[in-house]
Amino acid sequence: MGHSVSYLPGLMTRREAEVRQIFLKQVEDIPAGERIKRCLQCGTCTGSCPVSYAMDISPRELIALFRAGEMETIMKSRTIWICASCYACTTRCPSGIKITDIIYALKRTAMEKNYQSKAPQVQILASLFVKNLRKYGRLHEGTLIGNYYLRTNPLKLLGYLPLGRKMLQTKRIAVFPMKIKARKALSRIIEKAQEIEMRHAPEPVSYSPDFVGYRGLGELKLEARKGE
Amino acid sequence: MKYAYYPGCSLEKTQRGYDQSVREVFKALGQELVEIEDWNCCGATVYMSVKETVSLAVSARNLALAERMGLDIVAPCSSCFTVLSKTNRVLNEIPEMHKDVNEALAEAGLSYGGKTRVRHPLDILMNDIGIEAILRKSQRSLEGLRIAPYYGCQIVRPEKGFDDREDPVLLDRMFSKCGGEIVYFPMKVRCCGGMLMTTFEETALKLNKELLACAQQNKADVIVTTCPLCHFNLEGYQDKINKIYQTKFGMPILYFTQLLGIVLGLSERSIGLDSAFIPPGQRITSLLETHYA
Repeated sequence: MGHSVSYLPGLMTRREAEVRQIFLKQVEDIPAGERIKRCLQCGTCTGSCPVSYAMDISPRELIALFRAGEMETIMKSRTIWICASCYACTTRCPSGIKITDIIYALKRTAMEKNYQSKAPQVQILASLFVKNLRKYGRLHEGTLIGNYYLRTNPLKLLGYLPLGRKMLQTKRIAVFPMKIKARKALSRIIEKAQEIEMRHAPEPVSYSPDFVGYRGLGELKLEARKGE
Repeated sequence: MKYAYYPGCSLEKTQRGYDQSVREVFKALGQELVEIEDWNCCGATVYMSVKETVSLAVSARNLALAERMGLDIVAPCSSCFTVLSKTNRVLNEIPEMHKDVNEALAEAGLSYGGKTRVRHPLDILMNDIGIEAILRKSQRSLEGLRIAPYYGCQIVRPEKGFDDREDPVLLDRMFSKCGGEIVYFPMKVRCCGGMLMTTFEETALKLNKELLACAQQNKADVIVTTCPLCHFNLEGYQDKINKIYQTKFGMPILYFTQLLGIVLGLSERSIGLDSAFIPPGQRITSLLETHYA
C-alpha cells in the first residue's frame, strides 16, 4: 500500500500531526471515547460489520492504522463513508470501543481537512441534507433526493420514475416542503453552535523535527471520565 | 398516559402509514399523543458526520420543547429515536457539551435541563401498557399468519435499551400473543443499509435481498418493521432487487403498528394500509374479513 513514509525513524509528518490532533479532539467529545486505547485487534468489529466486505480497509485495520500513525490512509479510505451506522461493531466490541462514533469522528476530521474522498457522493448528500434542514427546519425528502441525483448522476433520476409514480398514487409525496415556523430561531441556534465549535478548535500544531512518536502531541490526551 | 409526539420528517408524508397507525393504535389503547409544536428535523445520522455541537444543538431543540411540555417523547422513527437518545446521553455525560448546547439554544430563548426521556412506541406498548391490556382490546386473532419480525439497528443499538441488542424479543412476543406465528428470522437485527441505498446502492440492494430471502425461505407471509428507512428499502426497492437478482419477491411489508392496528380491529384506511406499494397478500386480506364479534 502506498502509505506515507517518514524519513527519520518514528518522525511524525506534519500532516499526520495535524490530522491526528483534530481527530483526537473529536474523540474527546465521545463519551468513553478514550477506550480506543484498549483495542485488542481481535477483529470482532470487522466480523460483525454487514458492509466490511465492501470496504477497502476493515474497521479493525482502521484502529491499527491510527496506532501506526497512518491517519492519511484512513482519511482517504472508502471505509469511513460506507459505514451505515448500524452499531453492530460497537455492541460487540469486547473492549467497549465506540467504533461507530469513532468513525463519525473520522468523517468529521476528513470533512474539516477537505480530503478528496473515494466516495464524494456521501459528502454531497451530507451537505445537501444540511442545506435542506437549514432552509426548511425539516427534511424534504423530494428536494434532497432530486438535488442529490442532479449533482451526482442525473440519468438515474429516470430510473426513479416508477417508484415516484407509486408514491404519487399512494399519496406519499409531499409536493411542497413542510417548513417550521421558527426557521429564524433555528438558524440562530445553528450559527451560535458553529461559533462555539470554532472556539474549541485545537491550536495549530507547531511542528518541529523532534516530533517523534506521539510525544509532540502530548501523547493521547484522553483520560477516563467519571463512571469509567 | 400523555406523551409528546415526535413524528419526524419521514412520517409526515412518505411513511404516512407509520404515522397514522401509531396515532390510531395509541388512541385505541387510551393513550394521548400531543405533537410537539413546531418540532424540527433531528438531523438524522447524516448530521452527526458534519459538526458535532451543531448536530447536538439541532436535536436538543426538540428535547427542550418536550421538556417545556413536561412530557416524555415518543419517537417512532429509529433514526430519530437513536439521535435524540444519543443527544441526551452526550449532554448528560459531558457537562461542557451540555453547557455549549444550552448556550446555542439560548439564542432561541430555550434551554434544556436534561430531563426529557426518549421512548419508542414498541417499548411503551409492551412495557408500559402491556400485552394483557392490548389483548383485552383485541378484535382479531393473527392465527395462521407467519410473521418475520424485523427490528433493524437503531432501536436496539448501540446502548442497552428496552430490548436485547442481539436477540430482541418484544415484537416476537407481541405478535405471538396475538395468535400469529413468528418464523425463524435470524436476520432480525441485521442492517438494511439505511441511506446507503442512495450513496452505495449496490451494497444496500444486496443487504435487502438477503433480508427478503431469509424471510421467504422461512415462509413468512409478511415482514413487520419498526423503522421508516428499513421499511422504504424493503418495500420500495423490491422491484429493483427482483430485476437485478432475478428473484420473485412479492413480500408484503407492514409497520408493526399497522399489524397491531389490524389486531385491534382498526379500519384499513385509518392505519394507512392504502399506502402500501405491495398488496398485503392473501392471508392478511382474509384476516381483514374476519372478526371476533
